[in-house]
Amino acid sequence: MRGLIEDDYVTEEGEFVINIGPQHPSTHGVLHLKVWLDGETVKKVQPHLGFIHRSIEKMSESLSYRNFIFATSRMDYLAAHINNEACALTVEKGLQLEVPDRAKYIRTILAELTRLQSHLLWWGCTGLDLGAVTPFFYAFREREFIMEIMEETCGARLTQNFMVPGGVMYDIHPNFQKRTKEVLTQIKSKFQEYDNIMTGNVIFENRTKGVGLLSKEDAISYGVTGPTARASGVSCDIRKLIPYSAYDQVQFDEILGTGGDCYARYMIRMHEMKQSVFIIEQLIDNIPEGEFQAKTKNVIKLPKGEFYQRVETPRGELGVFIVSDGAASPYRIKYRSPGFSNLSALPLMAKGGKIGDLVAIMSTIDLVIPDIDR
Amino acid sequence: MEINKSMEGPLTFPGQVHETADGGILVTKLDDVINWARSNSLWPLVFGTSCCAIEMMSTAGAKHDWSRFGFEVARATPRQADLIIVAGTIVMKMAPVLKRLYDQMPEPKYVIAMGACTISGGPFFYNTYSVVKGVDHVIPVDVYIPGCPPRPEALLHSMITLQEKIKNEQYFKKKIEDVR
Repeated sequence: MRGLIEDDYVTEEGEFVINIGPQHPSTHGVLHLKVWLDGETVKKVQPHLGFIHRSIEKMSESLSYRNFIFATSRMDYLAAHINNEACALTVEKGLQLEVPDRAKYIRTILAELTRLQSHLLWWGCTGLDLGAVTPFFYAFREREFIMEIMEETCGARLTQNFMVPGGVMYDIHPNFQKRTKEVLTQIKSKFQEYDNIMTGNVIFENRTKGVGLLSKEDAISYGVTGPTARASGVSCDIRKLIPYSAYDQVQFDEILGTGGDCYARYMIRMHEMKQSVFIIEQLIDNIPEGEFQAKTKNVIKLPKGEFYQRVETPRGELGVFIVSDGAASPYRIKYRSPGFSNLSALPLMAKGGKIGDLVAIMSTIDLVIPDIDR
Repeated sequence: MEINKSMEGPLTFPGQVHETADGGILVTKLDDVINWARSNSLWPLVFGTSCCAIEMMSTAGAKHDWSRFGFEVARATPRQADLIIVAGTIVMKMAPVLKRLYDQMPEPKYVIAMGACTISGGPFFYNTYSVVKGVDHVIPVDVYIPGCPPRPEALLHSMITLQEKIKNEQYFKKKIEDVR
């Protein structure tokens, strides 16, 4: 710790350096930010990473193609399904395996439920960061219903490990469709409430409008993806551009913003929640009958080569890159995590703003630190 | 004696009230009063490193509601906290920070190790170079909860277990043992 932060404490006249984190409630985990201040104005931000580096990539090299997927649930734990799906899709790509339609539909529904709960949690935490405690309780009230569905069908609340190469691990619970529809009705009736409590709030608007601007050019050159990039007008929704699973079967809009500020990022996510509900509604009654898992060999061996698959997580584009040398475990695995690239644009967005705005920017990027450090 | 009757149950104020003409006299032990007060107002530190932190937030949320047991005053600074719930993996780089946080907390302080990672390294036990294999290598732990991540009910259970542990403490005796 000491060796980390002492090296460049050299400051100019009137400059002041503070450390935010690694233990700080607004960094959403254990991110360490070193901030150079002139009064209250941020001159420079430097993120320090590695406080939750668990060497998942290295660990995966000694695990089989079935087993390495479990570690990715712990990577971006708010989108465990989508992470697992990305890995399963990559392995299927290597095996050239056709997944049954039923599995595709189940995957898509669960992925969208995951996106919904992730955005709900983000909404609550943004409220907390900006000084409003009530949204947290409102968001978790609805989120618990989704967690119950996950528990019933997948057997776990948070780290599900439900997606396996070839499909899903089990068939859905008999109550799945009924309960999902109930939850959708419940959540749809609450969107207006969310808008009333946060979106139209004067204090909230003052703290987010025009704060943390990110231009379209910068978003592209920094490799920013997900809602953060879409708020700057970059069309980058993998679900639309390169459809996977059952996304080519459904109608939905890619929400694009123009502002590029915190408020635009906030609104994108609020609209995405409605789109997720819309997608699930189209699929939930039409789950085709059949197998939920394709037949695979007990020991999966990928042919020699390199395989890459991209998916859209609630935070942006997740890429899984597997290099195989033909053995039963991967030679090398690399994750392109959305949070890492999005965080790289944070110094740019925060520069010139006030230190209070830094918190608003961090919370609207929606950082998940274990996803960044892996 | 009516006051005593109305407060029956596990959270009864320790001691007996003897009625007199002007009100009552309370007869109790200092140990019991200290433990009663401490166990019912434990302030946790907001400390979450990974997945378990989300379940900790769920516990704070509307459905599970840890404020029923007096845990709702989550503090962002260790100087105001009594309890540190280690929610998530601790890696080599984080371990000195955790130690410093623990040292900054005032006595008496308690630790709950939440989740498999804090017990033994959990799913990251094998073939990792960066994970601390159990948080008890760094700071002393009072209550362990298994699970990856544990359910909110498990966290609540661990909190109640900690409260029971505190209720059986002997404040003065503990000090002497520490000196020895």
